[in-house]
Formats: sequence, C-alpha cells, structure tokens
Amino acid sequence: MLRDKLTIVTLSCILGGALLLAALNLLTPGASAAHIADFIVSLVGKYLCYAILALAIDLVWGYAGILTLGHGAFFALGGYCMGMYLMREIGARGVYANPILPDFMVFIGWKELPWYWQGFDHFWFALPMTMLVPALLALPFGWFAFRSRVSGVYLSIITQALTYALMLAFFRNDMGFGGNNGMTDFKDIAGISLNTETTSVGLMILSALVLSIAFLIARGMTRSRFGKVLIAVRDAESRTRFLGYRPESYKLVVWVLSAVIAGIGGALYVPQVGIINPSEFAPGNSIEAVIWVAVGGRGTLAGAILGAVLVNLGKTWLTSALPEVWLFAIGGVFILVTLFLPRGIIGLFAACSPKAPVDAQPGAAAAKSAAREIAG
Amino acid sequence: MSLVPREGRYALPRGSFVAAALLFLLALCVAARADEGDKPDPFADISATTADVEARGVLALAVSGSPRAAPVIAALRDGKLYAWKWPRPDTPLFIKTDSGFVDARTGDPVDTPAPVNLRKVISSDTVRGAIETAEGALDLFSPQPASRRKAAEALYQSADPGALTLLDKALAQEQDPGILRVLREAKAASLLKSGSGSDADRIAAVHDLAARADLQTRNLLASLQGQPPTVAAAVASAITDIDHTLQLWGLAENVYYGISLGAVLLLAATGLAITFGVMGVINMAHGEIVMVGAYTTFVVQRLILAFAPALEQFGLLIAVPAAFLVAALLGVLIERTLIRFLYGRPLETLLATWGLSLILQQAVRSIFGPTNQDVSSPDWMSGALQLGGLTLTINRLWIIFFALLVLGALMATLRWGGLGRSIRAVTQNRRMAAAMGIRTPLIDALTFGLGSGIAGMAGVALSQIDNVSPNLGQNYIIDSFIVVVVGGVGNLWGTLLGAMILGVVDKFVEPFAGAVLAKILVLVFLILFIQRRPRGLFPLKGRVAEA
Amino acid sequence: MSDAAHTSTVLSGNSLLYLDAVTVSFDGFKALNELSLILEPGEMRAVIGPNGAGKTTMMDVITGRTRPDTGRVVFGDDVDLTRLDEPAIARLGIGRKFQRPTVFEPLSVHDNLLLSLAGDRSPRFALWTKETPTERDRLDQLLATIRLTDDRDRPAADLSHGQKQWLEIGMLLAQEPRLLLVDEPVAGMSDAETEETAELLREINRTRSVVVVEHDMAFVRALGVNVTVLHEGSVLAEGSIDAIQSDARVIEVYLGR
Repeated sequence: MLRDKLTIVTLSCILGGALLLAALNLLTPGASAAHIADFIVSLVGKYLCYAILALAIDLVWGYAGILTLGHGAFFALGGYCMGMYLMREIGARGVYANPILPDFMVFIGWKELPWYWQGFDHFWFALPMTMLVPALLALPFGWFAFRSRVSGVYLSIITQALTYALMLAFFRNDMGFGGNNGMTDFKDIAGISLNTETTSVGLMILSALVLSIAFLIARGMTRSRFGKVLIAVRDAESRTRFLGYRPESYKLVVWVLSAVIAGIGGALYVPQVGIINPSEFAPGNSIEAVIWVAVGGRGTLAGAILGAVLVNLGKTWLTSALPEVWLFAIGGVFILVTLFLPRGIIGLFAACSPKAPVDAQPGAAAAKSAAREIAG
Repeated sequence: MSLVPREGRYALPRGSFVAAALLFLLALCVAARADEGDKPDPFADISATTADVEARGVLALAVSGSPRAAPVIAALRDGKLYAWKWPRPDTPLFIKTDSGFVDARTGDPVDTPAPVNLRKVISSDTVRGAIETAEGALDLFSPQPASRRKAAEALYQSADPGALTLLDKALAQEQDPGILRVLREAKAASLLKSGSGSDADRIAAVHDLAARADLQTRNLLASLQGQPPTVAAAVASAITDIDHTLQLWGLAENVYYGISLGAVLLLAATGLAITFGVMGVINMAHGEIVMVGAYTTFVVQRLILAFAPALEQFGLLIAVPAAFLVAALLGVLIERTLIRFLYGRPLETLLATWGLSLILQQAVRSIFGPTNQDVSSPDWMSGALQLGGLTLTINRLWIIFFALLVLGALMATLRWGGLGRSIRAVTQNRRMAAAMGIRTPLIDALTFGLGSGIAGMAGVALSQIDNVSPNLGQNYIIDSFIVVVVGGVGNLWGTLLGAMILGVVDKFVEPFAGAVLAKILVLVFLILFIQRRPRGLFPLKGRVAEA
Repeated sequence: MSDAAHTSTVLSGNSLLYLDAVTVSFDGFKALNELSLILEPGEMRAVIGPNGAGKTTMMDVITGRTRPDTGRVVFGDDVDLTRLDEPAIARLGIGRKFQRPTVFEPLSVHDNLLLSLAGDRSPRFALWTKETPTERDRLDQLLATIRLTDDRDRPAADLSHGQKQWLEIGMLLAQEPRLLLVDEPVAGMSDAETEETAELLREINRTRSVVVVEHDMAFVRALGVNVTVLHEGSVLAEGSIDAIQSDARVIEVYLGR
C-alpha cells in the first residue's frame, strides 16, 4: 500500500473530516453549538464530489498535460445516468402517477419509454452505466484526438465545443432527458429515502470514501512507471516516441480512466443536490473546475482536492453574502493564480520545504518545452 | 392612358340592378367609354338618389379613368360630396373641403353655394360596397403603373370570383407586360376560386398560376378540392413544380443567411486570428471585447439622442470608429497588464483571459444591468431587396459589405503599412525582429489593440442583428474559435474561408436538423477536419512567437 | 570502398543501413536530393557538412519523423523504414540523440534511464510492473558508464549541460539499439568533456553501430572513423578524414577546417 506522507495526510483529512462531520450532525442535539446542520452535510458532500471531478482533471492535466475544458461533460453524463435511475425509482409517486414514465415524458405526450432508458430501474445496471457512458464518450473522442496529434489549445477548444454541444443537445425536450428542466424530485435511492438526515450523512461519507479510493488509484498510477511515462509525455512528447513509446495509448488510458472517475463523481453528486439539468454541461463549469485544480496545485492530486473544496467554499460564501462580487472574485482568482501561483497553494508549501515533489510541478521548464512543442 | 372626361350627357336606362348586373353594366360603360366621339359624363349617376343607380355611378366613375374619380369617390365615402338639390342637366357636384367648396369635376374652388341649394350625397350599404370595389378597381385603371400593379396584386390576393369581368376589362386595356402577368394571375385565381369555367379554362388558369411560384399560390392550388381528373393532374404537377422552385429559393436564402452569419463570424474571428496568429495568445475574453463594441454602439446612440438628435441616422457611422477606439484601448490595456506576463504559456493565458471575461461580463452587468439594451437601426439599413423568390434584408447586406471592407483594410494595413510590416516581422521571427530594432513589446501591444479594435467593430455589426446583453460575447466565442481553428491560424484568407464555411454550413444544416444538431454536426466535422489538417486550412509557416 | 564493393555488400544483404536515393522536399526546397548511403554493421561513421546540407533531415528520415518523397531506407536485411513510424523504428533498435539535450527534466536521472530500458512499451505493462533486479543492475551499469552514479536521484533539470548530454547518451544505450544516431554530441562542451565523449562513443561502437553528425573537426578526427560529407542534400565525398580534408570539392564547399 502507498504509505507516503502525502497519501496519509490527505486520506486522514478526507475520511477523518467526513466522520467528524457525521458525528457532529447525527450525534449532537439540534440546539447545541457543536451541531452541524443538515444542509452543511449535503454541502460538504457536494464539495467532495467536486473534488472527485478535480482529481480526474488533475490526472489528465497535471500529469499528462491535456488541458481539458470539457470534463464537466463526463461529470454530467454520470450524473444523468444516476438521475435516470432515480427518476425510475419515483415510480408511481410522480405527479402524473405513471409507474413507468417519468413526469416530464408524460407531460410531452410520450407513450412509452425510449430504448435508452431501459434497464435504468435497476440500481446495479445504473451504477456501471455511470462509469460506462462517460467512458464510451471519452474513448472515441480521445482516440481521434490523440491519434491525430491534436494538442495544446486546439484540443482544449475542442473539449469546450464538445461539452457545449452536449449542453445544447440535452436542452432539447425531445432528447428524453427532461429538457431544460432536467430531472428532479427524487424520492429514494436503492430503496432508501433521500429525504432523511441519515441518508445525507451516508451519501457524504460514501463520497468521502469514493474520493479516497480514487485518490489511492490515482496516486498509485502516477507513481508507477505508467505515471513516469505520462510525465515524460507531458514534457517532451516527441522524445518519448523516439524511445519507442506511443503517447496516444498512454493518453487514451488516462483519459478514459479520468472520464470514468468524473462520471462517478457526477453520480454521487446528483442524489445529494437533488437535481440534474443541462446547465451542468455548461462550458463555464468545466473551465471553473480546471481553476480549482490550478488553485490547489496541479500535478499533486492533493492540490486538486484542496482547490476544489476551497474555491467552492468561497463560492458558497460569496454567492450568499455578496452575490455581485462572486464573478469578480472568481475571475480574479483565475488571473491571480495563473500570474502569481503557477504551482498553486501546495506549490507554495513545497517551495518552502527542502525537497520538492519530483513527480509534479511542470513549472517553467515544461513551459519552455511546451512552447517548443508548439513551434515544432 | 389618360381619359379626359368629356362634357356632354347621355341617358342611362333606368331600373334596379343587383351587383352582378351592375358589373355587366359596368362592362357596358367601359365598352361605351372606349368609343371615340360621344363621351358620356362619368359623374352623372354618382349623385343619384336611388341606391342602385348611385352604386352604378360610383363604379362607372371608377373605371372612367378620370383623375378626379378618386377624390370624388373618397369624398362620397367621407360624406363630403354635395349635389344640387334641384335636378339640373349638368348635375353640378361639389366637394366640401376645410377651406370651402370645390367643383367636384375640376377641383377648382368655387363660391360657396347657398346651403338651401345643396344636399349631401349619402351612401347606403349598397353604395358603400360599390365604393369599396371602386376604390380597388380605381387603381387598376390609374395612370400610374405602380398603382395598377398594386391593385392587380390586391385582386390576386383576394381571388374574388366577382372581380372576373373587371379583370377581363383591365386585361383588354393593359399594355405593361409585367402588370399583364399579374392581372392574368389574378384572373386565374379568381376563376379557380369561383369553380366556374370549363376544364380547359381551369387547366389554363392553373398554368398561369404555376409560373408564380410562391407559397400563397401553392396554398391556393392545394386548397382546390374535387376537381375533375385532368384538372387535378394539372394542379398536382403545378404544385410539384412550385415546391421545387420554392426549395431552390429556400436554398438560396439559406446561403444568403449563411453568408451574412459568416460575415459576422469573420469580423469576430479576425481579431482572434490576429492575436492568436501573431502572439500565440488565446484570448477567451475576446467575446467580451465584441460585447464592449456593441455596448459602445448603444452608448453612442444614447448620447446622440440626448445631445445631437439630428445626427441620429449617422449613429452607426460614428459608433464604428468609437467602438474601434474603445475596444482597441481595452485590448492594449489587457495586453500590458495581463497577457504580457504570460507569453509562451498559451494554456495559462487561456485560463487567465477566461477569468478576465468573467470580470468584464460582470462589470457590464453591474453598470448597464443584465437585460437586453435597445439598439436601433438607421433607416438606410432597413428594408429588403427582392430577387425573385429571395428576400435579401438590407441590414445583412450592409454587414457583409462592412465585413469585407474591414478585412480588406486589414490586409492592406498588414501588407503595406509600416506597422503591418513590423507585425509580420514579429510573427515570423521575433528575435530577429527585435535584433533589427523593432520594439517588440510595443508591436505586441499594438497588435493586440488592432485585433481588439476589429472585435469592437464586430460588436457594432452584431448590435444590428442580435440582442445587446452582457452574454453577447459568450454566444459567439466558440464559433469564433472554430473559425480560427478551421481556417488556420495567422492567415486571413483562411479566416475568411473558415467563417464562410461555418456560416453556410450552420445555416444549411439548421433547417434540417435544428440549431442544436447543427452545432453538434459542425463539431463532429471539426474534429474530423482537425484529424486531416491539424493546423487548419492554411497553416502558419514560421514560428508562433515564443517567450 | 569502391562502388562495386558497395554494391556487392548491398546485394549480399550485409549492410546495416541502406539509404537508397532518398529525396525530401519542403515546399519546393530539396532538403535531401537523391541521397544514398550505406552503413556496415559495427561501423561508426561521421557525417559532416555545412548548415542546410541535410544532416538533420537525414536523421529525421531514418527515424521516421519525416517521410521521404522518393527512395527507400532499408534497415538490416529487409525492413523498409519508410513504412514505419517513430515508435516502431525505435523498437527495431534505432536510437537517436538530439542536438539539444532532451531529457525528461522533472524526472530523476534514474527514472530517465528506467523509462529508456529496452522492454515492453505498452501501458498495461507500465501500470503493473515493478523494478526487477535485472533492471536495477542494468541501471547501475549505465550510470557508471555515463559517470552519473552519484546523481541518480537528482531531477534531470538540475544537471549541467554536459551532464545532460551524457544522460541522453545513457538513455540511448539503455534502449540497446543496434544503431545509434548522434546529432552534434559535443556542441557546447568543454575540451575535456569533448575528449571524454569521443572516448565514450568509441566504447559504444565496440558493440553497436553509430552515425555521428558533427561540425567540430577536432572531435571528428579524434573519433578516427570514415567520414561522409553531405552537401545540398546528397553525398559530396566519402573517405577517411585526411582524404576528405584534402578533397578539392570539399574544400571548395566547406572551407575545409
């Protein structure tokens, strides 16, 4: 097992924090000062799901150098799969009381369930689908993109266009995914009611667990020889070819894995926020997710988690206290981080400590290599 | 053809007639009128006391071709026509105006007759019906071709079976071939609607109509039910032909819209192509600079309305340089305070400028509010040009022209200006250019300013065809990027081609698949395209600037 | 060697590398113009020529980075390199060292060499493999050869220019190539380092074939091998260093330094 300092610190923070939160919610009486309100539990759960997305992005960006500006698409796809399951779970308790068809389908006059909804009434079908569907999108996309050696800004723009197109598509009512209203009003998951306190806590702890597992997988991967090849590919792709490696294959593996992780994050996200709609595909969301990673420190994995939690904490606070300021603030974060904090917050700490993590931090050298890549 | 009413009188047969008979008589009157010599007085019966005669008189006056016919009938309609109370052979008629009375026949002012001698000519329902037909028919025989055409079109629209005889007479007299055609179409429509006439007549009518390939004709033909087989066959084949023609025109229209969309994209993407081509900078705030240009137009219009309303029609002409300046200054500011520090790091630049775009959007939202702002179009940009079945809106024509003008000016600047030379030098080999004394930081700032200025002008154009809101930039940024990627970076011809391709493809796919699928298809096309040509249609040779 | 001898070598299939009338043009400019070159197994050849003569393009063609317009490149008995891409050619046993040292800066010296070790290049292998004792020994050997044993855990970014060049050579050796293509190995090196590099290359040549592209005539002389002179995309002259330095055509073209 990975027993390095970073892993231990990160995992204890995540799991310890989650358990503490759970205790302070369930075990303390409502009136006491130590009590953590229910909505905070859901909020933290949401942050943890975002952290999963950020982790996925760090894998491809921090380690493979693929600036993906459309990863929210995978997150949303996983979310929609879970949403479809939850909609079917409502069964006859919907407004139109149709045991098979969700309300929005009855509303637009559909008579039967489209083929792609089949099977989503089973949890053990829906769950693998939340991983499979993003993978099915990521695979051909990545295959074409990496094989044609599209890189750098061109690739980023295409990922943007991808999520934008999906957003437009899912806004259509005739797609069968709820149109611009999306899916909501969920009742329960796998037989457990979604409206109780214990479920929220349970989901939050589950999110923490999944995040930890994802972290372990990512950490193991990046410290293996695979991870080293990835870093080599990120820094000097042509050189790896002359060593006999096929960067396309490595990129594709990490890309699809990352999409799956993002999908799982989305699947956990939907029952905790209670709704999924096409705005999850919005290009702005994906770009914002990238800045979470940048704030924390790309190429460190822990930085991604840290950045996701911090930025979203700030967002929650600002949008309720000073909503007009939020966009200024996040815009400012984008600028400040790229100008002054290229290695993120973790990078700040690493600079202070004597031994900088070797597998991370592209830094200026990589920037020059990247510049050469563009020219060459 | 002008008919001068001759003086004289003749006697009309008396009796009461129904409307159809009236028209028959109308025909007689017209036929009579066509004879040389004895010219009857067209004004004779309009003041009759019997409704039928009066109605007949109205119609007779209408087809007489007298230039006074229209004002007299209008006076009758408005209750301003007066006749002599006592029967007199020369039936004097007067029109009451604000300044007194005029002779109805000549229009000359007369001394006010004694009220005891006057009676107002009243119009009952029958007469009012005749007045209506008369006013429509008046134009058919008007000396002005434009009025005749308009009347013929109106009769075609109404396809009134009752107008058949009228149309026949007009057909007999008309010389202008264009108007003749419309008259034939009107007659054909009326004939078909009436259900009368022989099969052969009806088939001939169908053929007359088929040449006029528009939606209305198609609908008319489609509404004809229960026709005998030969006629039905003719109708069906005519409908097919019309559909075919409509499709072609529809295609042409899509091309037109595609080109105009392409023109807008061209303006928006050109600035981006410059900043990316010359400096390797991906500016995600580019859309917001376009938006600033649009808002500048809005502000300029408001200022003009407040301080110099006489200049309203020139508003856009002032807004264009204003938007250029504002946007260029903004661009220089951005370059000096932000972009400059991120050279050689395109991905970081992308992120930083995205943050900037958020800030700009929110700033505009805070200052102007989140809702759409009203930007008006000057008169010289409204209206449309009709080319056969194709409607070309003038404002889009201007935009196409403007975009090409800007592109041309830019190419000229780059090719011949001193600044242009410096920019090209820096693009091709930055270090060498610096070594030769070109102040590269200055050139960078100016280049960015130039690209932003063009974006500002794109905003002016956009304000004419799209809503001006803080989100304006977001709607066009992705398309602009696609244009730059497809066209290849740093080559303006590529940008032109890319913009046109994208605009036309978008518009072509839209009717078939809807805007959403169109976007998706464009995206798929883009991905496949990038596979074959990773650097665009016209890849830049030489190096993109390094740090 | 005379032309006839060359031809017989080719016909008997003994050459390691055979470039046959290779032509490459970029936008009308002929970088390689019917270039023909034969390399015997175990040979070390120096390739010199003025700038723009086509030396780097020749390397690009051999390693698969550039596809020639006409001509063949045959490796070993019968492998046509023009049909393969860079990774495939690398796996066949052709290694290349670039003009500017391109090592993987964020990785340690050890890891740079590890990634270069000949072996399975698939992602699946890379995911699950652990460093074996054989590999460890091999790495130790290599580190010793390139004199970087003490620096094994330092990030490659921290090495000096000369050390980076050596690391890159080490990475090449790790691949266990049959043929090494070395592009200006001593550019920017001190005299002492240049001497050491010549020594290193001679040692490498004992087990592998090497093609060295260089400008530094002292270095080429120190190598003591046959020289091919390129000019405007084709071979101008071939022979020992003394022979070509007194060749009139070479002097005319190259100022015979």
